[in-house]
Amino acid sequence: MAGPDIALPATPWASAPVRARLRRRGRAETRLRLLGLGALGLAFAMLATLVLTLLWSGAGAFRQTRVATEVFYDPAILAPGNLARGDYRAILAVAVGEWFPGLSPAGRRRAGAILSAGAPFVLRDRIVADPALLGRRVTLSLPVSDPYDQLRRGLLGRDTPAAFRRLTDDDIARWDRLVASGLVSAPLNPGLLLDPDSRFPELAGLAGALAGSAWLLLTCFLLSFPVGIGAAIYLEEFAPRRRLADVIEININNLAAVPSVVFGLLGLAVFLGWFGLPRSSPFVGGMVLALMTLPTIIIATRAALKAVPPSIREAALGLGASRQQAVFHHVLPLAMPGILTGTILGLAHALGETAPLLLIGMNAFVTGAPGGPFDAATALPTQIFIWADSPERGFEARTSAAILVLLAFLVVMNGLAIFLRNRFERKW
Amino acid sequence: MTPSAPPAAVPLPPPRAKFEARNVHVHYGASHALKAVSIDIPDRTVTAFIGPSGCGKSTFLRCLNRMNDTIAIARVTGTIRLDGEDIHAPAVDPVLLRARVGMVFQKPNPFPKSIYDNVAYGPRIHGLARGRAELDAIVERALRRAALWNEVRDRLAAPGTGLSGGQQQRLCIARAVATSPEVLLMDEPCSALDPIATAQVEELIDELRSQFAVVIVTHSMHQAARVSQKTAFFHMGELVEHGDTDQIFTIPRDPRTESYISGKIG
Repeated sequence: MAGPDIALPATPWASAPVRARLRRRGRAETRLRLLGLGALGLAFAMLATLVLTLLWSGAGAFRQTRVATEVFYDPAILAPGNLARGDYRAILAVAVGEWFPGLSPAGRRRAGAILSAGAPFVLRDRIVADPALLGRRVTLSLPVSDPYDQLRRGLLGRDTPAAFRRLTDDDIARWDRLVASGLVSAPLNPGLLLDPDSRFPELAGLAGALAGSAWLLLTCFLLSFPVGIGAAIYLEEFAPRRRLADVIEININNLAAVPSVVFGLLGLAVFLGWFGLPRSSPFVGGMVLALMTLPTIIIATRAALKAVPPSIREAALGLGASRQQAVFHHVLPLAMPGILTGTILGLAHALGETAPLLLIGMNAFVTGAPGGPFDAATALPTQIFIWADSPERGFEARTSAAILVLLAFLVVMNGLAIFLRNRFERKW
Repeated sequence: MTPSAPPAAVPLPPPRAKFEARNVHVHYGASHALKAVSIDIPDRTVTAFIGPSGCGKSTFLRCLNRMNDTIAIARVTGTIRLDGEDIHAPAVDPVLLRARVGMVFQKPNPFPKSIYDNVAYGPRIHGLARGRAELDAIVERALRRAALWNEVRDRLAAPGTGLSGGQQQRLCIARAVATSPEVLLMDEPCSALDPIATAQVEELIDELRSQFAVVIVTHSMHQAARVSQKTAFFHMGELVEHGDTDQIFTIPRDPRTESYISGKIG
């Protein structure tokens, strides 16, 4: 063939410089792989440290020290017509007196502090549920108060000088007698999940926080999912002017980066201030979290819509489907796994969000599970915040336990996201 | 196979052209993709658009069912009439136009749904069937028309994406004919197919012209010579020459056409 000489010089593949370069590349690759493994190992080590310390400090909250107490529902103390307002302290005082015969009234009062301050309510609830108990002796398993729970778990040092601990030597001696008599046990504590919050750590549970978080997430999902998908579909499939769509896109990305506390202030000013919605309510919290989750869902949905091959849209449009039909019949179903994954990750993020909830008062002390989205409630992260802030030692374990419950929720939600993605992912 | 009319019984093209395009220009942003194209496309005939890559043949094809509307930067000027009616008239709904002018794309693009649902989609959205039995009949007829029925009759519920490439393309043809369009546009329908599948699709195209006006864009001059009765040659956005396929391939009038079909440009 005529023309300039375009033959390339032969490469000496077997020469020393070529081999040296090959070795260098091999070393660089090994180095990168080790670095990656190291980073992964570090991340895992941190996660393991977090979970293990939480398990270590939170394990105590999953068991509750209880004393089998024989109480006599004395008709002389309780009026049959007014069981809800009886003097259950007096009944308990009698029961405590039976443990330690011959105590002075002051010593009996002191010994009575072994039982939780909430114990009279346990007595009350039992007989209110079953009035036939009046005049009978019943053995109830009553929670002990926080210092004695700490004592059983070895967290209250017997070697500590008496002046620096909450229990005197006499208290400890009485407790040891009680333990020796075999009345003390530490069964699993379902109250951690089933009871609402309380001032007394031995009675405090997460029922209110769990219900609050559930209402919160439901509200957040119902608001952000349809609105987010609608906005994403409009921007991705229908938005007419590219320039305008770009501006909106930048602003949505900015919105996703706004600190959550700002959304909390917004909720405080707008939802509580202007609209006068009930404070501390999961509905308001859900709205604030929906504002926060919205950008995440929009971004995830747009990415999922973009990933659907354009040939599917063309096929539908070419058959005479309207744009709306092409989107709703074909594009959206194919994008659904991605959308659901993004949504669940957004909701998981919202589940752990604390700052905005503090600003709308969801860190209130609420001693009942909310019956609906407009009742005052706490949420899991704010409950953790409240407990971490409480001085009683018993809340230390409860805080860790609450974090573990929150983490378990997050794991379940992320697992669900992976499941949905694998289940509904379609190949084409 | 349906007892389709033998080729000899194909009626002569009616006097009026199915499509009449006059002075059609297409701009993609700043680039002038199609320049002053005027052509008549007859009914019940296979018209082939040939030309080198980027010559505008696919662009013009997409003008015929207004698929260019879906591209934000595309601007189409000029007049295109379908049965004498301007397809850009405000009264014309592009959705209805695309139901009348079906399209088969370069790459087989079945929906990731069952074979049945793929074919039934068009009739469903246009409400062409009253009841399941009627829809079944349409699906069967469309699949027979696309010479696919015998291969898939036992697995209509299987995913359309599980078929081979050639079967997928015939499924797309079945999907397009299921809405009983008047015109079938095919954008290089065989470019992703092996020679056997190509032969099957070409045979099919020849049968389809008994019922539709078929417009096919192709890279292959041999394919154009095999399947079409009319041929239009595009080059650099211009319609250089169009006429009977026999004439274009034997006595081209324009030197550019001659260069192309003799392999000098392309």
